[in-house]
Amino acid sequence: MGTTKKYWKGLEDLNNDPAFIKSAQSEFAEEIPMEQFLSNDSLEETSTPRRDFLKFLGFSVTAASLAACQTPVSRVIPYVIKPEEITVGVSNWYATAFYDGHDFCNVLVKTREGRPIKIEGNKLSSITQGGTNSRVQASVLSLYDNERANGPKEKGAPTTWEDADKKIIAQLDSIAAAGGAIALLSSSIISPSTQQIITDFSAKYKNVKHVTYDAVSYSGIIEANKQSFAKAVVPVYNFENAKVIVSFACDFLTNWVSPIETARQYAKNRKVSDENKTMSKHYQFESNLSLTGSNADERIGIKPSQMGAALISLYNKVSGSSLSTKQLEFDSHITAAAKELVAAKGKSLVVCGSNDPAIQLIVNAINNTLGNYGATIDIDNANRTHQGNDADVMALAADMKAGKIGALLMYNVNPVYSLPASLGFEEGMKKTALTVSFNDREDETGSLATFLLPDHHYLESWGDAMPRNGVYSLIQPTIFPIFNTRSAQESLMKWTGIAGDYQAYVKANWEKNIFPMQTSEVLFENNWMKSLHDGGIEFSMTPAVAPTFAGDAAAAAALIMQSAAKAGSFEITLYEKTPIGNGNQANNPWLQEVPDPVSKVVWDNYITMSPKQMKELGFETFQEQRAMADVVEVTVNGVTLRAPVFPQPGQVYGTVGLALGYGRTKAGKCGNIGSNAYSFVGNTNGTLSYTSFDAKIGASVDKYSLASTQTHHTLMGRNMVKEASLAEYIKDSKAGNEREMFKVKEGHEHIEKSAEELDLWATKDYPKQPTTDLKWSMSIDLNSCIGCGNCVVSCSAENNVPVVGKDQVSKTREMHWIRIDRYYTSDMTKAKAAEEGKGKIDMFTAMEIPSDNPKVVFQPVMCQHCDHAPCETVCPVLATTHSSEGLNQMTYNRCLGTKYCANNCPYKVRRFNWYRYTNDKDFDFNLTNDLGRMVLNPDVSVRSRGVMEKCSMCVQRIQEGKLAAKKDGRRINDGEIQTACAQSCPTNAIVFGNIFDENSQVAKNSKDERMYHMLEEIDVQPSIFYLTKIRNTEEKEA
Amino acid sequence: MMYEAPIREPLILGDKTNHQITEDVCRPIEGKANKYWWWAFAISVAMLLWWVLCVSITVGKGIGVWGLNNVVDWGWDITNFVWWVGIGHAGTLISAILLLFRQKWRLSINRAAEAMTIFAVICAASFLLTHTGRPWLDYILFPLPNQFGSLWVNFNSPLIWDTFAVSTYFSVSLVFWYTGLIPDFAVVRDRAKTKGYKRFYSLLSFGWVGSAKNWQRFEEVSLVLAGMSTPLVLSVHTIVSMDFATSIIPGWHTTIFPPYFVAGAIFSGFAMVQTLLIITRKVLSLEDYITNYHIDMMNRIILITGSIVGVAYITEFFIAWYSGVEYESYAFINRATGYYWWAYWSMMTCNVITPQLFWFKKIRTSVMATFIISIFVNIGMWFERFVIIVTSLHRAYMPSEWGFYHPSWVEVGIFIGSLGLFFTCFLLFVRFFPVIAMSELKTITKVSGTKIRKEYKDMDEAHAHSDAAH
Repeated sequence: MGTTKKYWKGLEDLNNDPAFIKSAQSEFAEEIPMEQFLSNDSLEETSTPRRDFLKFLGFSVTAASLAACQTPVSRVIPYVIKPEEITVGVSNWYATAFYDGHDFCNVLVKTREGRPIKIEGNKLSSITQGGTNSRVQASVLSLYDNERANGPKEKGAPTTWEDADKKIIAQLDSIAAAGGAIALLSSSIISPSTQQIITDFSAKYKNVKHVTYDAVSYSGIIEANKQSFAKAVVPVYNFENAKVIVSFACDFLTNWVSPIETARQYAKNRKVSDENKTMSKHYQFESNLSLTGSNADERIGIKPSQMGAALISLYNKVSGSSLSTKQLEFDSHITAAAKELVAAKGKSLVVCGSNDPAIQLIVNAINNTLGNYGATIDIDNANRTHQGNDADVMALAADMKAGKIGALLMYNVNPVYSLPASLGFEEGMKKTALTVSFNDREDETGSLATFLLPDHHYLESWGDAMPRNGVYSLIQPTIFPIFNTRSAQESLMKWTGIAGDYQAYVKANWEKNIFPMQTSEVLFENNWMKSLHDGGIEFSMTPAVAPTFAGDAAAAAALIMQSAAKAGSFEITLYEKTPIGNGNQANNPWLQEVPDPVSKVVWDNYITMSPKQMKELGFETFQEQRAMADVVEVTVNGVTLRAPVFPQPGQVYGTVGLALGYGRTKAGKCGNIGSNAYSFVGNTNGTLSYTSFDAKIGASVDKYSLASTQTHHTLMGRNMVKEASLAEYIKDSKAGNEREMFKVKEGHEHIEKSAEELDLWATKDYPKQPTTDLKWSMSIDLNSCIGCGNCVVSCSAENNVPVVGKDQVSKTREMHWIRIDRYYTSDMTKAKAAEEGKGKIDMFTAMEIPSDNPKVVFQPVMCQHCDHAPCETVCPVLATTHSSEGLNQMTYNRCLGTKYCANNCPYKVRRFNWYRYTNDKDFDFNLTNDLGRMVLNPDVSVRSRGVMEKCSMCVQRIQEGKLAAKKDGRRINDGEIQTACAQSCPTNAIVFGNIFDENSQVAKNSKDERMYHMLEEIDVQPSIFYLTKIRNTEEKEA
Repeated sequence: MMYEAPIREPLILGDKTNHQITEDVCRPIEGKANKYWWWAFAISVAMLLWWVLCVSITVGKGIGVWGLNNVVDWGWDITNFVWWVGIGHAGTLISAILLLFRQKWRLSINRAAEAMTIFAVICAASFLLTHTGRPWLDYILFPLPNQFGSLWVNFNSPLIWDTFAVSTYFSVSLVFWYTGLIPDFAVVRDRAKTKGYKRFYSLLSFGWVGSAKNWQRFEEVSLVLAGMSTPLVLSVHTIVSMDFATSIIPGWHTTIFPPYFVAGAIFSGFAMVQTLLIITRKVLSLEDYITNYHIDMMNRIILITGSIVGVAYITEFFIAWYSGVEYESYAFINRATGYYWWAYWSMMTCNVITPQLFWFKKIRTSVMATFIISIFVNIGMWFERFVIIVTSLHRAYMPSEWGFYHPSWVEVGIFIGSLGLFFTCFLLFVRFFPVIAMSELKTITKVSGTKIRKEYKDMDEAHAHSDAAH
């Protein structure tokens, strides 16, 4: 734009007076007599007197110190050009899908000001149905991991994408020209676009071998199905239709093939009410006490070497055949299970966690006999999330060692870490001329690869997914890539010579292949936008039909009996921990800090052993912050590892367990802990085997501190958890929930009243005299809670709960606002003590010891928001008060930190900030770096040191919901406001709502006969109530 | 002038004249400190510096440097607070209640005992102030009208009662103690030989001239302050006990606490007075003033209060059983047989068994035995608070949240440091302040001194003689 106006400073300017022009060009308008001043001789004679010197000194010191004061850097920068879709303070939600080669989940991502901060389940998904698990919940923090690679690397040195592409293409071309083999090792590929790109890549470079590898393999199931039904797939299991579930060492609730889906389906059959007093029956045969086993109605401890025989025996009993097996001491339980299975033909399910094809074949034979195919097992619509082929992986490793592979591309796998060293993968990599890893960091594999070309995090990526037939999901970015990363697909596209970016490729693929399948939208763009909005599109699956079983059960049985013959002194089962899984997110501090649901240990893996056996071997079984665990040397398949021994009730005598996913060496500062159990993985019948019948446990060689969030494991005859058997419950809905009655004198009569009817105060504030029409309440169904701990991660993400690290947890200073209490039963009960005439001291001593095979209960506990809150009366400065809506609220700014409230809380739910966790370098987790802090929820205050905190019932969500309703001029709908724990609960065990709204679910639950308040006899009137646990057994529950 | 029966033991030994008393009491102030004093002072100051270090770490880094956790949120900090406050009680009891009951034997020990009170309360307050998460905000414990809005304290909270109780106690005790010191300061002032000393004590003595009006006012103020202090002896520890008694934690929620705590406080306070005075009388050669009679008297109080405490312990157990409350009975079984059983049995041995030895006159009047037992009582009373606080908290209602507590070196350091703070103050007091209330003591030389006793005795004998002659 040209300007036409000109302003003059004066007439001199207008007239271009030469003197004016000269002065205008010089720096100072008037000449400064510097020369004159400096040439003044008298200047040299002046001296600085003492006083002046002190003045100068004082000034300089003050000036220097003032200059040293740093102006606080303001990090909040307003948008120069505000994006249309972003309103500051209002979150945007995007539908996408999580798949890391292990778990699949359709999710919704909450973003605030362009930052993804929270993951929730997508309810539109038929697979995960709005559920998540802890690994999915925590994945948002993995995005902000500052130890991810910040750009492409060649042999550890930074390089550019162009340079890397040039070199790789040249090398691939020369290998292809020389007829060399190119191998692509990837996790299971469920993305149609990626599959297409791989096909195109293979077409260009000819001799390309695509090997699929799952760190935790399901090859055994695939192989067995191939033999049984000529279908090399992992089927879809439908637990919803299964009335009888018999599981052999299968942790299907939080691990195994599709845990999020399974947990939901399983819980549906576990919910009971006055109208529906039926529930599924669940048998679990296992050696490690798994989370699934903890939830079972009947858990029978078996050794891994007995599993095959037990299955053959079950097969014999179900089918009436007589394959040779051996006599088992728990045969009566198998008979009982067989009886129930046969009675529920077509409505039962037998699953097994083994990766041995022979064992899986027997399982298939049993399910086939029971008519479960087509009913509870769908083999026609495969579960595509696990396609790994162990034989191919082992062959590839052998080829590499033999130098037969010219180039190796590795996508989403970490074989150097997760394959046993005996396969020699690392050695093979050295013999391979070109190795490329797309991993997100210089991990065990990435650091050894010639090129490390870091892939985007899934929240930064475009993509698609087809987890099973007819189900298509879209993956869309929720943030611009944080580091200089590029999607692996784009790299492959570049090398193959496909133009354009991956986003366009996905879209084109969608238009070409998926759009034509649907009929509701005419225009592709509409279909695309709708699919993006919904997270994908689903078509009806082809109905499952019962296939013909063609497996040879007798041959499989013979093979099993042969391998089980060589059992040694200890048998080991490698398992996955619910939070850590296969270890790919090991560097995620949220996952490390979430306790294992059963052992309650954080930040470590360890040998689980029966406490009885530990005592015999002289290992420390006392759990206390200063009692150190014994470290032993464990030898399996010729590999020796050191690991601490942990007393695990329920662990079968003579067996031990060790969790996979630990012992990372290059995961990062959080992940490099524990010992690598993958090195124990063996090879049974051609597949990777996670059990060994011959493990050797040495004597204690060292001491090691294990941190756990719970060190006392039994209920001590108390009634925090109320439970009953189904038989009792059918007779009386109040079974197990008997109120304790107290004798009181009224007038001249002695009558009995329950604690709730008695009160020290004349009036009750709630619910008799409501001041508003809102009172937030929560119901927790102990029958549906499986104890997975997903709510704990979800709560940490929502409420900015800091990670404090192992050392602090060992000092009982974990910060989680919600915890899952896990109790084991003890052989000693009050009734038994009375019977045996035992004194109280003896009784309590005996009660502290859990049974050898205990029953397990889980109880989520968070702030109970008591109406007569003991914490509120004792706070000297009114930092914790009651809201008119029944919330017990914390005012952090007012909190002085006397900790009296925490002492006086009967539920011990208050958490104190012992240190400044957000800024103290001793707690080097996500909150101490700028990138990690991006995950913080701006709606929730970050707490300073010295203040108390606790569950707020997600008051920020309540407020948001109330405002939304107010804007619309309506009442709040039930279910509209969800706390983070309730929202993420995969089994809907937690229900949140307004108890004054009579139609709300929570109000209905409060009228259930199973409803009880924890510690009701002290009459603190909690807003949170529990529903009795019902176990599907005949016997009387303690 | 009162008459005392000659069979009563004299309260001051040796033929003390008023001048002699002045000489004896002023000697430590006017003379040079001996090497024991210097050694003791050096060690105390070193401990005090250690206290400064440990408190700095705590305030600088966070109370995470202590061993407290989410199960046991109070540990050594509150144990030490209650222990120090309890110790303070003997001083007030001696100076106020014994004044009202006209127990003249108090006069030899009240000054030192009151000094002990002041210093003990300072130590106690230091724990109150540092145990908070954000000690720089401690002032919000007071109901200050403020510009932050309508913030006010929670008058329901026992911690607020505590704030008032301890601050009132401290200020009243300080004024009472200081008032008593004024005439004695004047004596020291009048005897001072250097200008500096004269000036120092002139300031301290508030221009006391010893006129009749001065004395009259002094007497009045002393009586008023004694009257004000008397309820404080009972109220302070009652309120401290309510920190526990008003809670709902089994082992804390006990109505017996107020009397039991007051008895315990007096018990521990007298033990501490014994410990201190047995050393002081030896080092400052004040055996004539603080006599075996005084020790005997105080031992009797220890015996009585110790027995009350013992009965309270047993009553707690009885009620835990008799009430039938599951949690309460478990709390007490756990106390005696659980993880911290050693603390419980240390408490029982030191507090219940050892004071019973005072039934024997030989032990009661033995300086050495008294000293040893007083140390036992001090230890026992510390354990009592530890047992109440830690063993109740570590296994409260929820078995899932049962845990443990171990003090860190910082916590232990603060406790040791608080002893340093206390002894530094006490040693300075011994050097610069008259340790015996000499002006007041002089009022009884004519009644309870050995000389007057002898005269009375002679008179009586003469009287008897003459009676017999009749």
